Amino acid sequence: MKRATFKGGIHPDGHKELTSNLPTVVAPIPDRVYIPLSQHTGAPCVPLVVAGDEVKKGQKIGMAKAFVSAPIHASVSGKVVGIEVMEHPGGSFVPCIIIENDHREEWAETVQPAADPAALTPEELRAIILEAGIVGQGGATFPTHVKYAPVAGKKIDTVILNGVECEPYLTADHRLMLERPERIVAGLGYMLRSIGCTQGVIAIEENKMDAVAVMEKAIASQPNLRVVVLKEKYPQGSEKQLIYACTGKELPVGELPLSVGVIVNNVGTAASFADAVELGIPLIERYVTVSGPGICHPANYLVRIGTLFSELIKESGGYLGEVEKIIAGGPMMGKTVFSDELPVVKGTSGIVLLHKEPHRAQKEYPCVRCAKCIDACPAFLEPTSLARLAKRSAWEEAEKADAMSCIECSSCVYACPAQIPLIQYIRRAKQAILAAKAR
Amino acid sequence: MIPQKDLIVVTSAPHVHSPDNVPTAMRDVLIALTPALLAALYFFRLPALLVILACVISAYAAEIVCLKIMKRESPTRESSAIITGLLLAFCLPPSLPLWMAVLGTIFAIVVAKHLFGGLGQNIFNPALIGRAFLLASFPVAMTNWTNPLDGLSTASPLGIMKEAGGEILPPLREIFLGSVSGSIGETSALALLLGGAYLLYRKQIDWRIPGTFLGTVFLLTAMIGGIKGEGLWYPVYHLCAGGLLLGAFFMATDWVTSPVTKLGRILFGIGCGLLVVLIRTKGGYPEGVAYSILLMNVVTPLLDRYTKARVFGRVKSHA
Repeated sequence: MKRATFKGGIHPDGHKELTSNLPTVVAPIPDRVYIPLSQHTGAPCVPLVVAGDEVKKGQKIGMAKAFVSAPIHASVSGKVVGIEVMEHPGGSFVPCIIIENDHREEWAETVQPAADPAALTPEELRAIILEAGIVGQGGATFPTHVKYAPVAGKKIDTVILNGVECEPYLTADHRLMLERPERIVAGLGYMLRSIGCTQGVIAIEENKMDAVAVMEKAIASQPNLRVVVLKEKYPQGSEKQLIYACTGKELPVGELPLSVGVIVNNVGTAASFADAVELGIPLIERYVTVSGPGICHPANYLVRIGTLFSELIKESGGYLGEVEKIIAGGPMMGKTVFSDELPVVKGTSGIVLLHKEPHRAQKEYPCVRCAKCIDACPAFLEPTSLARLAKRSAWEEAEKADAMSCIECSSCVYACPAQIPLIQYIRRAKQAILAAKAR
Repeated sequence: MIPQKDLIVVTSAPHVHSPDNVPTAMRDVLIALTPALLAALYFFRLPALLVILACVISAYAAEIVCLKIMKRESPTRESSAIITGLLLAFCLPPSLPLWMAVLGTIFAIVVAKHLFGGLGQNIFNPALIGRAFLLASFPVAMTNWTNPLDGLSTASPLGIMKEAGGEILPPLREIFLGSVSGSIGETSALALLLGGAYLLYRKQIDWRIPGTFLGTVFLLTAMIGGIKGEGLWYPVYHLCAGGLLLGAFFMATDWVTSPVTKLGRILFGIGCGLLVVLIRTKGGYPEGVAYSILLMNVVTPLLDRYTKARVFGRVKSHA
């Protein structure tokens, strides 16, 4: 059967069998959690607590006035012991609210189940998204309420839930679909209602047919929802490529999905939304895959936000062999981190531990014009040409060659036989183009 | 906590890469050339072996000297030079004096490759430049063909075709297997097809170039054959005879000197095919594969420039 997909892309080894059949385990709730003030795209939060304050589980402990931001919440009950700058899985250093867990698991008073979720108006639903601190859980952590804010003259006709999970090793979304399908479908329902849209799509890659079956069963009574099975290919889960595969619409350069009447959210985001609407629980825990050749027992965990990587690694039996890279997220787009003493945040879909790559020289060879990068690029760019322009600082030419359309999926670097770090050259060009615009 | 904290590496994504790199690509080309190499040794014996050795060894030596003088590093452990040497030997007659073979190889490596900037920078296919250089310098030695069956001097099948009359054309079966006169590595269509299929299977070459190249030659020669009142054997003969299959699968597909865009490759292949038929039927030479590819190498940058793909999202705005 011909599956919907996009043009270009690559086929890296998935390694998903390491964890795809392992039911999610509730990770031990740590004695201390470290909640970064910024776990989203946009303005960082201002802390609402100071050292010494008692906090309850689900209590809002940080927020920002800016529109593009999302509040943060205590993931355990206990006492705030301080605010310290720590390494962040996003690749920066961010102040974190440190909470000493009293293990009493007391909920904040604000966490109340909705009396009648069906009676909530779209405005009330959108307010819940904001209050619950829900952000995109696929990794980009864009504040969800911003996507759902109505824009005059724009009509959303389809909400796509992204259950593609095309990054190697990661299976958190896969397990979520198998284990909590009804939460995802409920969340999708609230999402559709909050913007007055009817069509819902759940997009899943063909390597997760068990999840397809489960999700199809979960939506069986709702004819306005459908599951779309997509070809297994990276970066199938990339927003633009996903919209194209599901709807045939090509998102114009520089525009938001809104312009083609589409909103894309991760399946985890939908499940969190359902919890927030029905139970009043903000985003304080998420599914995380811990996998890779460098871990003793790969696993899927349900993790409280603020749990240290090191605790999950310990829970998985510790390191195996000579670990060279600790990756927050998947190996294609995830960020390597400097240590394991950093917290799981809202966007942490996985922790992947890799050994030294075999047969991988640490050297850039001359381009041999094989065009494998061009064939791989899902944006139809010529990565090698862009890299050449970046090498000689030809920023205007790079802009004309559409460098800004690069989605930084790294497919070109994966495919390049000359091992040229194309993506770094292109990123450099993008930075220079943006800097020139700002001037 | 981390057992080897000082070994932790922090780099930008991606953290996994395709197992294919430049050395494995070179290895694949060598594997693909093996059937033709065996066929050459089987049909032309010692003379072929000597020419091949002369070319490969001098290519390797010239490469090393060039890398040293120009202070360049080779990412391919010189295997790209070995391929150049082998390909050049494949398009030389087995009877060629060895010093000529060495001279042509040095010209290919030094002038066509390294003076243009080394690996990845050359405009022309070095092996074909080597052949063109030799053909211009030693036209007699370069067109002295021997029949592998009796070792006697003979005309090449394409030469017989062109002269129309005189010697009898060898049957298609012999052309297909390779027991005919011709350049060392070009006579066995079967061996070249095997190698080409391997390269396609390994995705080292794009079907667009050999596909449109061979397709164009087939269509045009079928039309010419139709006008002449010949049968289907005529275009098939054109496909299998001479250096067409060697050129279409191993030379026109050279990464460095062929277009990088899909449409560019299609136009490149069609251009090669047109020129081959033109030279074979109207030109002064019986064979024109080398010149057609070299001429199309010239327009490769132009083809790349004017056949760029439309960037994803460069569509009419809905806003």
